Amino acid sequence: MNRRDLLKAGLVAVAGMVIPLNALEVFDDEAKAAVKAAIEMVPKKRRWAFVVDTRKCVGCGMCVKACKMENEVPFDADVSRTWVERYVVLKDGDVLIDSPKEARYGYTKNDPMGREIKEDEIAKGFFVPKLCNQCEKPSCVQVCPVGATYKTEDGVVLVDRTWCIGCGYCIMNCPYQARFFHPVYNTAEKCTFCYHRITKGMKPACVQACAFGVRKIGMLNDPNSEVFQIVMNERVMVLKPETGNEPNVFYIGLDKIVR
Amino acid sequence: MTEVHGQLWTIKQLFTYPNEYIYWTVHIALYPYITGLVAGAFVLSSLYHLFGKKELRPVSRFALVFSFALLLVAPMPLLFFHLLHPERAFNVFFTPHYYSAIAAFGLVFSVYGLIVASEIWFAYRPHFIAQSQSRKGIMGLIFKVLTLGSYDLDERTAHIDEKAVKFLAAIGIPSACFLHGYVGFIFGSVKTVAMWKSPLMPVIFLMSAIISGVALCIWTYILGMKFFRREICTDTVRSMGRVLAWFIILALTLEMLDFVFHGYTAEESWSILSKIIFGKFKFKIFVLQWGLGMLLPIILLFIPKLSTIRAFVASTCVLIGVWMMRWDVVIGGQSMSKSLAGFMKYKMPIWPHTFEEFREGLFSVILLLILPFIFLCIFNKFTPVFTEKKCNFDTEEAH
Ligand code: SF4
Ligand code: SF4
Repeated sequence: MNRRDLLKAGLVAVAGMVIPLNALEVFDDEAKAAVKAAIEMVPKKRRWAFVVDTRKCVGCGMCVKACKMENEVPFDADVSRTWVERYVVLKDGDVLIDSPKEARYGYTKNDPMGREIKEDEIAKGFFVPKLCNQCEKPSCVQVCPVGATYKTEDGVVLVDRTWCIGCGYCIMNCPYQARFFHPVYNTAEKCTFCYHRITKGMKPACVQACAFGVRKIGMLNDPNSEVFQIVMNERVMVLKPETGNEPNVFYIGLDKIVR
Repeated sequence: MTEVHGQLWTIKQLFTYPNEYIYWTVHIALYPYITGLVAGAFVLSSLYHLFGKKELRPVSRFALVFSFALLLVAPMPLLFFHLLHPERAFNVFFTPHYYSAIAAFGLVFSVYGLIVASEIWFAYRPHFIAQSQSRKGIMGLIFKVLTLGSYDLDERTAHIDEKAVKFLAAIGIPSACFLHGYVGFIFGSVKTVAMWKSPLMPVIFLMSAIISGVALCIWTYILGMKFFRREICTDTVRSMGRVLAWFIILALTLEMLDFVFHGYTAEESWSILSKIIFGKFKFKIFVLQWGLGMLLPIILLFIPKLSTIRAFVASTCVLIGVWMMRWDVVIGGQSMSKSLAGFMKYKMPIWPHTFEEFREGLFSVILLLILPFIFLCIFNKFTPVFTEKKCNFDTEEAH
């Protein structure tokens, strides 16, 4: 194909795209709106989302371990891209919350906040895994002065390690404290839904490591994905909706004491 | 164990998120503090140039040059001590992301710096010319450069100089206000920190900026005069004292309003925020920031016949108070966990054993606080700040 052919082909393609849109002019407004909405849905379709079924979590911490290994966040460093929180509500109304060592070693003892608790004192208890919410309106991206943190086309928020100046503004502005400074690179660090894996058709390390099916990933607006099914048909909740960040991590079985 | 940034100085209490540390440390308190001094000193110098407050003439040039000296230091805590990648600081000029409240920082700063620098140039032009003609050697050369090749000195050019200074002072005031209001916005717009999130923040920062700047000018003026064994002009001190007192009242009113508003609307976070304000930080806020830093100076300044020593004490108190305000806002704000179920305590490194401990510690703060005075001494060689021998407010500028 020479240059002229290429140009011709390009022109034909552009005309082909423009004409159908213009052809809509002859239809009435409603039809036009419907078709337009469908066209606009196309980019929206590509939106990674996550479901956490807290009812199934046993606090084994395998996800945290897997994440640290996969994403090379030093295992012994007291920060993590994902972590698991333990909530224990006592019969006398006390609430105990902790997440020792981000739960990288799992919860093996009945010792919330270092307190020895008898089983009959407990009203309810549960675990809540957390990770970056890949917010629809990420306040972390909003405040980065150099644009080192950005949202991809398919909705995952990433950090450019070669460009981040290490100001910490994004860390301050994440309502969920999903961000921290990487101990080795000294740049902002966060969960990426294992973007390097999901874009190659694999599952994130934490999803793969969870033996209890707590964590699920998929495309929102893809009717075939499990995530879509759950978000559409079940009662799901997001964390801190009042911040307006519009998280893309949906929780099943969230309690009101969880922040 | 691999040390994580923040771990060194953060003590966690109750439940905080695992990744939660005090990420914005003492330098983030120092940065608005020095920026505030810049804005305040400039406003003071403009009161003479623009509004013709004659009794302020002995300090007008000093305040202007001091403002510039402070301006050079103001970004240092942020750029060289806070950033984990200071070598990339200029990225903000290459790829500014203007949705961020700090992206325009460099721009705002440079524009303001340019205004102050040109005002100094116009104010000192005759001095530069005279010196370039009488001095020999390296100093003569420097003065020649400082004249920028303009040697006209007659009534017409003097008039133009005067007009230029007035004009620059006039556009300087809104830029100074913008500069510091902007700093307030950087904090006020952080929606995750309950104590900061307030539209009043920019105005609060601006008011405290003005009082700290004026206080520092009083303080340095008195010390400087004592040092050079010159006469301290009582009228000048009193005039500055009056400006200071009225602005303290404004600042205090706004700061109280902010707390009252937080408490009255009592949003979800208030339960824990109130524990910071009335608990962990009560001494710092009510005794140091408000009592020592504002109420006491108001009383000292409003008692008639303000003496030099009283003004000195009052301005010292204001300087401590405003510093406490910056500390309480920056550290206090971060002391409550975003989980609303825990606290963090900040323990500033004192004796440095590692570079990190120096950079984030007391000694780098002291260094940064001394630097403006060193700059002032250097500038004083080229742009002498205390030129008046006598307290005579009616004669034309005497050299
Ligand atoms: S959870 Fe935090 S880090 Fe993740 S996208 Fe939202 S604001 Fe950004
Ligand atoms: S720490 Fe890095 S990614 Fe975060 S706001 Fe600063 S420059 Fe951007």
